[in-house]
Amino acid sequence: MIRLLATMVAAFVAYLLLTAGSGDILLWSGPELVAGAIIAIIVGITSYRIFCRSENLRMANPLRILLLLVYAAIPLLIEMARANIDVAIRVITGRVHPGIIRVRTGMKTDLGLLLLANSITLTPGTLSVDVDEESRDLYVHLINVPEALRTEKSVDSRELFTFFNIPGWIRRIAE
Amino acid sequence: MITTAALICIVIGVIFNALGAIGILRFPDVYTRLHAETKMTTFGTIFVSLGVILYAAGMLTGTGDAQYLTLGIHTAIAVIALAFTNATGSHAIARAAHRSGVKPDPAVVDRLSEVKRRD
Repeated sequence: MIRLLATMVAAFVAYLLLTAGSGDILLWSGPELVAGAIIAIIVGITSYRIFCRSENLRMANPLRILLLLVYAAIPLLIEMARANIDVAIRVITGRVHPGIIRVRTGMKTDLGLLLLANSITLTPGTLSVDVDEESRDLYVHLINVPEALRTEKSVDSRELFTFFNIPGWIRRIAE
Repeated sequence: MITTAALICIVIGVIFNALGAIGILRFPDVYTRLHAETKMTTFGTIFVSLGVILYAAGMLTGTGDAQYLTLGIHTAIAVIALAFTNATGSHAIARAAHRSGVKPDPAVVDRLSEVKRRD
């Protein structure tokens, strides 16, 4: 029941975002609000089993969503900018030492692993290729493997990033 | 003033997109090409969208017309969708390539093939 309600609220908020600025009741017009409510109910009934797969509603906490937005806007964007400039230089000079290394993540939940793998993939120069389901280790393709990491069996996920403790941020958001 | 800031953002984004396109031609194998083609173009597109959002915010405060609010919010949603689908998509391409037997060609180390060989 609570899963159904959470899905309906999420669908309604998404509809409100898409139609903001259509009228005078705050920002929306009356017909849009009614249509949004009806669509949210239909979407909620049909898709709550997929949207809230586990009974755990951790991510419905607004604080966690706010933290996720802050994480995407500051640490992730700065890491992306740093790595982009690095890869841009490599495009021009053509100096690459690619390789696939094994990365320990230490994540306890699937959502945390998903967020970390997506963060690694979004940062240029690192690309998650495969995942070990049991130990939750990632196989990451690096465009330039530093000398120090070439002989190590597996690498801690913090060493892929320069300025911020990205795995720590994700653990705070998703676990 | 804010139009100039938007223009600077768009120029930065276009430069990164162009470098990403050059990277596809210069890099040696499928994985390194994925780095250039998916990540750099995402970053460039984020900057282009940031320029659009800045422009929309400037026009909104200037004229108060609701269509600029819609423009800004829709662009922000497009950026979020792009970031998620791009990360998942490039991961899927890389995984499919490795499973179908395309090994990273100049590679200093390949832990994944070592594991696969043991299985």
